[in-house]
Amino acid sequence: MIAVIDYKAGNLTSVVKALRYLDARDVVVTQSPEVVRNADKVVLPGVGHFQATQLLTDLGLTEAVRESIAKGAWFLGICVGLQWLFEGSTEAPGTPGLGAFAGMCEHFPATEAKQIDGQDIAVELKSPHVGWNSLEQVRSDSRLLRGVADGSFVYFTHSWRAPVVPATAAVTYYGGAFTAAVERENVMGVQFHPEKSADIGLHVFRNFVEL
Amino acid sequence: MLSKRIIACLDVRGGRVVKGVQFVDIIDAGDPAELAHRHATEGADEVVLLDITATHEGRGTLLETVRRAAAKLFVPFTVGGGVRTAGDAAAVFDAGADKVSINSAAIARPQLIGEIGASFGAQAVIVAIDARRAVGAARRGTKGINDAEVYVSGGRKPTGLRVVEWAREAESRGAGEILLTSMDTDGMRDGFDCELTAAVSEAVQIPVIASGGAGSAAHFVDVFGRGKADAALAASIFHFGVTSSRDLKRQLAQEGVSVRLPC
Repeated sequence: MIAVIDYKAGNLTSVVKALRYLDARDVVVTQSPEVVRNADKVVLPGVGHFQATQLLTDLGLTEAVRESIAKGAWFLGICVGLQWLFEGSTEAPGTPGLGAFAGMCEHFPATEAKQIDGQDIAVELKSPHVGWNSLEQVRSDSRLLRGVADGSFVYFTHSWRAPVVPATAAVTYYGGAFTAAVERENVMGVQFHPEKSADIGLHVFRNFVEL
Repeated sequence: MLSKRIIACLDVRGGRVVKGVQFVDIIDAGDPAELAHRHATEGADEVVLLDITATHEGRGTLLETVRRAAAKLFVPFTVGGGVRTAGDAAAVFDAGADKVSINSAAIARPQLIGEIGASFGAQAVIVAIDARRAVGAARRGTKGINDAEVYVSGGRKPTGLRVVEWAREAESRGAGEILLTSMDTDGMRDGFDCELTAAVSEAVQIPVIASGGAGSAAHFVDVFGRGKADAALAASIFHFGVTSSRDLKRQLAQEGVSVRLPC
Protein backbone atom coordinates (compact mmCIF):
# COMPACT_ATOMS: atom_id res chain seq x y z
CA MET A 1 0.00 0.00 0.00
CA ILE A 2 1.21 3.50 -0.88
CA ALA A 3 0.18 6.05 1.73
CA VAL A 4 0.05 9.60 0.41
CA ILE A 5 0.03 11.95 3.36
CA ASP A 6 -2.69 14.58 3.29
CA TYR A 7 -1.54 17.68 5.15
CA LYS A 8 -3.37 20.08 2.84
CA ALA A 9 -0.47 20.39 0.40
CA GLY A 10 -1.61 21.93 -2.86
CA ASN A 11 -0.28 19.21 -5.16
CA LEU A 12 -1.86 16.24 -3.36
CA THR A 13 -4.46 15.69 -6.09
CA SER A 14 -1.92 15.84 -8.92
CA VAL A 15 0.44 13.44 -7.15
CA VAL A 16 -2.34 10.92 -6.57
CA LYS A 17 -3.55 11.36 -10.14
CA ALA A 18 -0.06 10.59 -11.51
CA LEU A 19 0.37 7.52 -9.27
CA ARG A 20 -3.00 6.14 -10.34
CA TYR A 21 -2.23 6.90 -13.98
CA LEU A 22 0.75 4.57 -13.58
CA ASP A 23 -1.58 1.88 -12.26
CA ALA A 24 -0.05 2.02 -8.81
CA ARG A 25 -2.12 -0.33 -6.66
CA ASP A 26 -3.64 0.59 -3.38
CA VAL A 27 -2.95 4.32 -3.23
CA VAL A 28 -4.41 5.65 0.00
CA VAL A 29 -4.70 9.33 0.89
CA THR A 30 -4.41 9.59 4.63
CA GLN A 31 -3.86 11.63 7.76
CA SER A 32 -3.69 8.56 9.95
CA PRO A 33 -0.40 7.66 11.70
CA GLU A 34 -1.63 4.07 11.84
CA VAL A 35 -2.00 3.86 8.05
CA VAL A 36 1.45 5.39 7.59
CA ARG A 37 2.98 2.83 9.97
CA ASN A 38 1.48 -0.01 7.94
CA ALA A 39 2.35 1.32 4.49
CA ASP A 40 5.03 -0.24 2.25
CA LYS A 41 5.59 3.16 0.69
CA VAL A 42 4.93 6.65 1.93
CA VAL A 43 4.69 9.77 -0.22
CA LEU A 44 4.82 13.24 1.28
CA PRO A 45 3.71 15.77 -1.32
CA GLY A 46 4.16 19.47 -0.82
CA VAL A 47 4.18 22.87 -2.35
CA GLY A 48 3.95 26.12 -0.49
CA HIS A 49 5.14 27.13 2.96
CA PHE A 50 7.42 25.02 5.19
CA GLN A 51 5.22 26.02 8.12
CA ALA A 52 2.53 23.70 6.76
CA THR A 53 4.66 20.70 7.80
CA GLN A 54 3.98 21.59 11.44
CA LEU A 55 0.69 19.76 10.95
CA LEU A 56 2.65 16.51 10.52
CA THR A 57 3.94 16.73 14.06
CA ASP A 58 0.60 17.93 15.39
CA LEU A 59 -1.15 14.90 13.88
CA GLY A 60 1.47 12.43 15.13
CA LEU A 61 2.63 11.75 11.58
CA THR A 62 6.27 12.73 12.12
CA GLU A 63 6.74 9.86 14.56
CA ALA A 64 4.80 7.51 12.31
CA VAL A 65 7.05 8.37 9.36
CA ARG A 66 10.15 7.88 11.51
CA GLU A 67 8.98 4.42 12.55
CA SER A 68 7.90 3.48 9.08
CA ILE A 69 11.30 4.46 7.65
CA ALA A 70 13.09 2.56 10.41
CA LYS A 71 11.05 -0.49 9.46
CA GLY A 72 12.24 -0.19 5.87
CA ALA A 73 9.26 1.39 4.13
CA TRP A 74 10.14 3.44 1.04
CA PHE A 75 9.68 7.16 1.55
CA LEU A 76 9.41 9.87 -1.10
CA GLY A 77 9.17 13.56 -0.23
CA ILE A 78 8.26 16.05 -2.95
CA CYS A 79 9.24 19.75 -2.95
CA VAL A 80 8.54 20.90 0.62
CA GLY A 81 8.40 17.15 1.30
CA LEU A 82 12.09 16.91 0.36
CA GLN A 83 12.94 19.98 2.42
CA TRP A 84 11.21 18.43 5.42
CA LEU A 85 13.73 15.54 5.30
CA PHE A 86 16.41 18.04 6.30
CA GLU A 87 16.78 19.63 9.73
CA GLY A 88 14.51 22.54 8.94
CA SER A 89 14.12 25.66 6.87
CA THR A 90 14.76 29.32 7.49
CA GLU A 91 11.27 29.81 6.05
CA ALA A 92 9.81 28.58 9.35
CA PRO A 93 12.62 28.41 11.91
CA GLY A 94 10.29 27.20 14.68
CA THR A 95 9.23 24.11 12.74
CA PRO A 96 11.86 21.37 12.69
CA GLY A 97 12.12 18.91 9.82
CA LEU A 98 12.62 15.17 10.16
CA GLY A 99 16.39 15.56 10.25
CA ALA A 100 17.14 12.51 8.08
CA PHE A 101 19.70 14.67 6.30
CA ALA A 102 21.94 17.33 7.81
CA GLY A 103 21.57 21.00 7.07
CA MET A 104 18.96 23.72 6.79
CA CYS A 105 17.03 24.81 3.74
CA GLU A 106 17.67 28.40 2.83
CA HIS A 107 16.24 31.05 0.51
CA PHE A 108 17.87 31.53 -2.88
CA PRO A 109 20.45 34.32 -2.80
CA ALA A 110 19.31 37.70 -4.14
CA THR A 111 22.17 37.81 -6.63
CA GLU A 112 24.50 35.45 -8.42
CA ALA A 113 27.96 36.02 -9.81
CA LYS A 114 28.16 36.00 -13.59
CA GLN A 115 31.21 36.26 -15.76
CA ILE A 116 30.75 39.23 -18.02
CA ASP A 117 33.76 40.22 -20.13
CA GLY A 118 36.01 38.17 -17.88
CA GLN A 119 34.81 39.86 -14.70
CA ASP A 120 32.62 38.51 -11.92
CA ILE A 121 29.56 40.70 -11.74
CA ALA A 122 26.69 40.25 -9.28
CA VAL A 123 23.43 40.05 -11.19
CA GLU A 124 19.96 39.82 -9.76
CA LEU A 125 18.59 36.31 -9.28
CA LYS A 126 14.83 36.00 -9.63
CA SER A 127 12.97 34.15 -6.95
CA PRO A 128 10.94 31.94 -6.85
CA HIS A 129 12.82 29.54 -9.10
CA VAL A 130 9.99 28.63 -11.46
CA GLY A 131 10.20 26.48 -14.55
CA TRP A 132 12.08 23.63 -16.16
CA ASN A 133 15.66 23.19 -15.07
CA SER A 134 18.09 20.34 -15.61
CA LEU A 135 19.19 17.55 -13.32
CA GLU A 136 22.97 17.29 -13.16
CA GLN A 137 25.47 14.84 -11.67
CA VAL A 138 22.78 12.20 -11.42
CA ARG A 139 24.19 9.47 -9.17
CA SER A 140 24.43 6.25 -11.14
CA ASP A 141 23.43 4.15 -8.13
CA SER A 142 20.21 6.10 -7.55
CA ARG A 143 17.19 3.83 -7.71
CA LEU A 144 14.76 6.71 -7.90
CA LEU A 145 16.54 8.27 -10.87
CA ARG A 146 17.41 5.05 -12.66
CA GLY A 147 17.24 5.70 -16.40
CA VAL A 148 17.17 9.49 -15.98
CA ALA A 149 19.99 11.05 -17.99
CA ASP A 150 22.14 13.95 -16.88
CA GLY A 151 20.64 17.13 -18.27
CA SER A 152 17.02 15.92 -18.15
CA PHE A 153 14.60 18.77 -17.57
CA VAL A 154 12.09 18.73 -14.72
CA TYR A 155 9.67 21.31 -13.32
CA PHE A 156 10.46 23.34 -10.21
CA THR A 157 8.62 26.01 -8.27
CA HIS A 158 10.19 27.05 -4.97
CA SER A 159 12.02 29.84 -3.16
CA TRP A 160 13.85 27.79 -0.55
CA ARG A 161 16.34 25.08 -1.38
CA ALA A 162 18.12 22.23 0.32
CA PRO A 163 21.92 22.13 0.59
CA VAL A 164 24.05 19.59 -1.27
CA VAL A 165 24.87 16.68 1.06
CA PRO A 166 26.59 13.30 0.66
CA ALA A 167 23.18 11.70 -0.01
CA THR A 168 22.38 14.13 -2.83
CA ALA A 169 21.38 12.08 -5.87
CA ALA A 170 21.24 14.97 -8.36
CA VAL A 171 21.88 18.68 -8.24
CA THR A 172 20.38 21.58 -10.12
CA TYR A 173 22.04 24.93 -10.65
CA TYR A 174 20.27 28.16 -9.83
CA GLY A 175 22.31 30.69 -7.94
CA GLY A 176 24.69 27.79 -7.23
CA ALA A 177 24.03 24.09 -6.79
CA PHE A 178 21.21 22.75 -4.64
CA THR A 179 19.83 19.30 -3.97
CA ALA A 180 17.31 18.40 -6.67
CA ALA A 181 17.08 14.79 -5.50
CA VAL A 182 18.30 13.05 -2.38
CA GLU A 183 18.45 9.36 -1.65
CA ARG A 184 19.86 7.18 1.11
CA GLU A 185 18.63 3.62 1.17
CA ASN A 186 14.85 3.82 1.52
CA VAL A 187 14.64 7.57 2.12
CA MET A 188 14.19 9.68 -1.01
CA GLY A 189 13.17 13.17 -1.92
CA VAL A 190 12.85 15.37 -4.98
CA GLN A 191 12.73 19.15 -5.04
CA PHE A 192 11.09 19.13 -8.47
CA HIS A 193 7.52 18.09 -9.18
CA PRO A 194 7.43 14.68 -10.87
CA GLU A 195 3.66 15.06 -11.22
CA LYS A 196 4.30 18.09 -13.45
CA SER A 197 7.49 17.00 -15.20
CA ALA A 198 5.95 15.21 -18.18
CA ASP A 199 7.65 11.94 -19.24
CA ILE A 200 10.69 12.30 -17.00
CA GLY A 201 8.47 12.91 -13.98
CA LEU A 202 6.30 9.89 -14.69
CA HIS A 203 9.47 7.84 -15.16
CA VAL A 204 10.68 8.84 -11.68
CA PHE A 205 7.30 7.96 -10.20
CA ARG A 206 7.36 4.62 -12.00
CA ASN A 207 10.79 3.90 -10.52
CA PHE A 208 9.34 4.56 -7.08
CA VAL A 209 6.16 2.56 -7.66
CA GLU A 210 8.21 -0.42 -8.90
CA LEU A 211 10.59 -0.49 -5.92
CA MET B 1 20.24 25.88 -16.50
CA LEU B 2 16.73 27.23 -16.08
CA SER B 3 15.09 27.08 -19.48
CA LYS B 4 12.77 29.58 -21.11
CA ARG B 5 9.20 28.33 -21.06
CA ILE B 6 6.87 28.06 -24.02
CA ILE B 7 3.30 28.11 -22.80
CA ALA B 8 0.43 26.99 -24.99
CA CYS B 9 -2.73 28.96 -24.40
CA LEU B 10 -6.19 27.67 -25.18
CA ASP B 11 -8.94 30.26 -25.39
CA VAL B 12 -12.14 28.50 -24.49
CA ARG B 13 -15.68 29.55 -25.11
CA GLY B 14 -18.66 27.35 -24.39
CA GLY B 15 -16.43 24.34 -23.76
CA ARG B 16 -14.64 24.59 -27.13
CA VAL B 17 -11.26 26.05 -28.01
CA VAL B 18 -11.63 29.08 -30.22
CA LYS B 19 -9.08 30.99 -32.20
CA GLY B 20 -8.07 34.40 -30.83
CA VAL B 21 -10.66 37.03 -30.01
CA GLN B 22 -9.00 39.58 -32.22
CA PHE B 23 -10.39 37.91 -35.32
CA VAL B 24 -13.87 38.70 -36.42
CA ASP B 25 -14.59 35.11 -37.31
CA ILE B 26 -14.02 32.94 -34.29
CA ILE B 27 -12.99 29.54 -35.52
CA ASP B 28 -13.66 26.36 -33.61
CA ALA B 29 -10.22 24.90 -33.01
CA GLY B 30 -11.28 21.78 -31.13
CA ASP B 31 -11.77 20.08 -27.80
CA PRO B 32 -9.82 21.63 -24.90
CA ALA B 33 -8.86 18.35 -23.24
CA GLU B 34 -7.59 16.88 -26.49
CA LEU B 35 -5.66 19.98 -27.44
CA ALA B 36 -4.15 20.41 -23.98
CA HIS B 37 -2.84 16.88 -24.14
CA ARG B 38 -1.53 17.33 -27.66
CA HIS B 39 0.34 20.50 -26.73
CA ALA B 40 1.97 18.78 -23.75
CA THR B 41 3.01 15.85 -25.92
CA GLU B 42 4.44 18.19 -28.53
CA GLY B 43 6.61 19.85 -25.93
CA ALA B 44 4.72 22.81 -24.52
CA ASP B 45 6.15 23.49 -21.05
CA GLU B 46 2.80 24.49 -19.64
CA VAL B 47 -0.79 24.79 -20.72
CA VAL B 48 -3.08 27.70 -19.95
CA LEU B 49 -6.81 27.53 -20.41
CA LEU B 50 -8.57 30.87 -20.56
CA ASP B 51 -12.32 31.06 -20.42
CA ILE B 52 -12.48 34.13 -22.62
CA THR B 53 -16.08 35.02 -22.06
CA ALA B 54 -16.30 34.33 -18.34
CA THR B 55 -15.82 37.84 -17.03
CA HIS B 56 -17.91 39.49 -19.67
CA GLU B 57 -20.89 37.26 -19.45
CA GLY B 58 -20.57 36.56 -15.76
CA ARG B 59 -20.20 32.85 -16.20
CA GLY B 60 -18.32 30.65 -13.80
CA THR B 61 -15.24 28.78 -14.89
CA LEU B 62 -15.90 25.68 -16.89
CA LEU B 63 -14.97 23.25 -14.19
CA GLU B 64 -15.91 20.21 -16.16
CA THR B 65 -13.67 21.29 -19.02
CA VAL B 66 -10.85 21.82 -16.55
CA ARG B 67 -11.39 18.41 -15.02
CA ARG B 68 -11.29 16.66 -18.38
CA ALA B 69 -8.25 18.60 -19.53
CA ALA B 70 -6.37 17.96 -16.27
CA ALA B 71 -7.06 14.23 -16.24
CA LYS B 72 -4.07 13.25 -18.36
CA LEU B 73 -2.00 16.39 -18.22
CA PHE B 74 1.37 16.06 -16.51
CA VAL B 75 2.72 19.55 -17.06
CA PRO B 76 1.72 22.68 -15.12
CA PHE B 77 -1.83 23.70 -15.90
CA THR B 78 -3.20 27.21 -15.39
CA VAL B 79 -6.83 28.26 -15.59
CA GLY B 80 -8.10 31.79 -15.97
CA GLY B 81 -11.44 33.46 -16.52
CA GLY B 82 -14.20 33.94 -14.04
CA VAL B 83 -12.09 33.49 -10.88
CA ARG B 84 -13.40 36.22 -8.58
CA THR B 85 -13.04 34.77 -5.09
CA ALA B 86 -10.77 32.41 -3.19
CA GLY B 87 -13.68 29.98 -3.36
CA ASP B 88 -13.74 30.15 -7.18
CA ALA B 89 -9.99 29.47 -7.14
CA ALA B 90 -10.43 26.51 -4.78
CA ALA B 91 -12.96 24.95 -7.16
CA VAL B 92 -10.55 25.34 -10.07
CA PHE B 93 -7.69 23.76 -8.09
CA ASP B 94 -9.98 20.98 -7.02
CA ALA B 95 -10.77 20.31 -10.68
CA GLY B 96 -7.04 19.82 -11.33
CA ALA B 97 -5.49 23.21 -12.09
CA ASP B 98 -2.08 24.05 -10.60
CA LYS B 99 -2.36 27.80 -10.94
CA VAL B 100 -5.10 30.34 -11.47
CA SER B 101 -4.75 33.46 -13.51
CA ILE B 102 -6.67 36.44 -12.16
CA ASN B 103 -7.14 39.76 -13.88
CA SER B 104 -10.22 41.95 -13.39
CA ALA B 105 -10.95 40.48 -9.97
CA ALA B 106 -7.45 41.34 -8.72
CA ILE B 107 -7.90 44.94 -9.81
CA ALA B 108 -11.32 45.14 -8.19
CA ARG B 109 -10.03 43.66 -4.94
CA PRO B 110 -6.23 43.33 -4.76
CA GLN B 111 -6.48 41.41 -1.46
CA LEU B 112 -7.69 38.46 -3.51
CA ILE B 113 -4.08 37.81 -4.60
CA GLY B 114 -2.97 37.26 -1.01
CA GLU B 115 -6.09 35.32 -0.09
CA ILE B 116 -5.55 32.70 -2.78
CA GLY B 117 -1.83 32.63 -2.00
CA ALA B 118 -2.46 32.06 1.70
CA SER B 119 -4.40 28.87 0.98
CA PHE B 120 -2.61 27.52 -2.07
CA GLY B 121 0.81 29.20 -2.09
CA ALA B 122 2.09 32.15 -4.09
CA GLN B 123 3.23 29.82 -6.89
CA ALA B 124 -0.43 29.13 -7.63
CA VAL B 125 -1.36 32.75 -8.34
CA ILE B 126 -0.69 34.40 -11.68
CA VAL B 127 -1.76 38.00 -12.03
CA ALA B 128 -2.65 38.69 -15.65
CA ILE B 129 -2.20 42.23 -16.88
CA ASP B 130 -3.72 43.47 -20.13
CA ALA B 131 -1.64 46.45 -21.14
CA ARG B 132 -2.08 49.15 -23.72
CA ARG B 133 0.19 52.06 -24.51
CA ALA B 134 -1.35 55.52 -24.78
CA VAL B 135 -3.44 56.18 -27.86
CA GLY B 136 -1.20 57.55 -30.54
CA ALA B 137 2.00 56.17 -28.97
CA ALA B 138 4.08 53.87 -31.12
CA ARG B 139 3.61 50.18 -30.57
CA ARG B 140 7.37 49.74 -30.43
CA GLY B 141 10.31 51.53 -28.95
CA THR B 142 10.44 52.90 -25.45
CA LYS B 143 7.97 55.73 -25.96
CA GLY B 144 4.87 55.44 -23.85
CA ILE B 145 6.11 52.60 -21.63
CA ASN B 146 5.78 54.55 -18.41
CA ASP B 147 2.26 55.54 -19.32
CA ALA B 148 1.14 52.12 -20.48
CA GLU B 149 -2.22 51.49 -18.85
CA VAL B 150 -3.93 48.43 -17.40
CA TYR B 151 -7.22 47.37 -18.99
CA VAL B 152 -9.82 44.94 -17.65
CA SER B 153 -12.88 43.04 -18.80
CA GLY B 154 -11.19 41.50 -21.79
CA GLY B 155 -9.57 44.78 -22.76
CA ARG B 156 -12.79 46.77 -22.77
CA LYS B 157 -12.25 48.97 -19.72
CA PRO B 158 -9.28 51.21 -18.89
CA THR B 159 -8.43 51.32 -15.17
CA GLY B 160 -6.16 54.34 -14.87
CA LEU B 161 -3.47 52.07 -13.36
CA ARG B 162 0.05 52.15 -14.75
CA VAL B 163 1.31 48.76 -15.87
CA VAL B 164 4.68 48.75 -14.10
CA GLU B 165 3.21 50.08 -10.86
CA TRP B 166 0.43 47.51 -10.86
CA ALA B 167 2.93 44.71 -11.55
CA ARG B 168 4.93 45.83 -8.51
CA GLU B 169 1.84 45.95 -6.35
CA ALA B 170 0.71 42.52 -7.51
CA GLU B 171 4.13 41.16 -6.54
CA SER B 172 4.05 42.81 -3.13
CA ARG B 173 0.60 41.32 -2.54
CA GLY B 174 1.97 37.86 -3.20
CA ALA B 175 1.58 37.07 -6.90
CA GLY B 176 3.77 34.18 -8.02
CA GLU B 177 4.05 35.23 -11.66
CA ILE B 178 2.92 38.02 -13.97
CA LEU B 179 1.26 37.28 -17.29
CA LEU B 180 1.69 40.42 -19.36
CA THR B 181 -0.40 40.73 -22.50
CA SER B 182 0.17 43.63 -24.82
CA MET B 183 -3.15 44.61 -26.37
CA ASP B 184 -1.24 46.64 -28.92
CA THR B 185 0.61 43.66 -30.35
CA ASP B 186 -1.95 40.95 -29.58
CA GLY B 187 -3.15 39.13 -32.65
CA MET B 188 -0.87 41.06 -34.99
CA ARG B 189 1.61 38.20 -35.22
CA ASP B 190 4.49 40.56 -35.78
CA GLY B 191 6.24 40.28 -32.44
CA PHE B 192 5.87 40.84 -28.70
CA ASP B 193 6.12 44.24 -27.05
CA CYS B 194 9.68 43.60 -25.87
CA GLU B 195 10.27 47.03 -24.35
CA LEU B 196 7.20 46.88 -22.15
CA THR B 197 7.96 43.29 -21.17
CA ALA B 198 11.52 44.24 -20.21
CA ALA B 199 10.29 47.19 -18.16
CA VAL B 200 7.98 44.91 -16.15
CA SER B 201 10.54 42.13 -15.86
CA GLU B 202 13.11 44.54 -14.45
CA ALA B 203 10.60 46.03 -12.02
CA VAL B 204 9.68 42.73 -10.33
CA GLN B 205 11.50 39.72 -8.90
CA ILE B 206 8.89 37.17 -9.93
CA PRO B 207 8.81 35.54 -13.37
CA VAL B 208 7.14 37.40 -16.23
CA ILE B 209 5.26 35.61 -18.98
CA ALA B 210 5.06 37.61 -22.20
CA SER B 211 1.96 37.40 -24.33
CA GLY B 212 0.58 38.98 -27.45
CA GLY B 213 2.09 39.10 -30.88
CA ALA B 214 3.82 35.75 -31.40
CA GLY B 215 4.10 35.00 -35.09
CA SER B 216 7.49 33.35 -35.58
CA ALA B 217 10.39 31.77 -33.71
CA ALA B 218 12.36 34.99 -34.11
CA HIS B 219 9.75 36.80 -32.02
CA PHE B 220 10.34 34.38 -29.17
CA VAL B 221 14.12 34.80 -29.42
CA ASP B 222 13.55 38.53 -29.21
CA VAL B 223 11.25 38.51 -26.18
CA PHE B 224 13.54 36.12 -24.25
CA GLY B 225 16.52 38.31 -25.06
CA ARG B 226 15.63 41.95 -25.31
CA GLY B 227 12.28 41.47 -23.58
CA LYS B 228 13.86 39.67 -20.57
CA ALA B 229 10.81 37.41 -20.39
CA ASP B 230 11.01 34.19 -18.39
CA ALA B 231 8.29 32.54 -20.42
CA ALA B 232 6.19 33.31 -23.46
CA LEU B 233 2.68 32.46 -24.34
CA ALA B 234 1.36 31.51 -27.71
CA ALA B 235 -2.24 30.86 -28.60
CA SER B 236 -3.44 30.73 -32.16
CA ILE B 237 0.00 30.12 -33.65
CA PHE B 238 -0.12 26.48 -32.52
CA HIS B 239 -3.67 25.44 -33.07
CA PHE B 240 -3.58 24.54 -36.69
CA GLY B 241 -0.13 23.03 -36.65
CA VAL B 242 1.46 26.18 -38.03
CA THR B 243 4.31 25.78 -35.59
CA SER B 244 4.35 23.07 -32.96
CA SER B 245 6.22 23.59 -29.70
CA ARG B 246 8.64 20.96 -30.91
CA ASP B 247 9.50 22.89 -34.09
CA LEU B 248 9.55 26.18 -32.26
CA LYS B 249 11.90 24.88 -29.58
CA ARG B 250 14.26 23.34 -32.11
CA GLN B 251 14.55 26.72 -33.78
CA LEU B 252 15.05 28.47 -30.45
CA ALA B 253 17.76 26.00 -29.45
CA GLN B 254 19.58 26.73 -32.70
CA GLU B 255 19.45 30.40 -31.80
CA GLY B 256 21.07 29.65 -28.46
CA VAL B 257 17.98 29.96 -26.28
CA SER B 258 17.90 27.45 -23.42
CA VAL B 259 14.76 25.36 -23.90
CA ARG B 260 13.57 21.95 -22.82
CA LEU B 261 13.47 19.77 -25.91
CA PRO B 262 10.72 17.16 -25.75
CA CYS B 263 11.65 13.49 -25.81
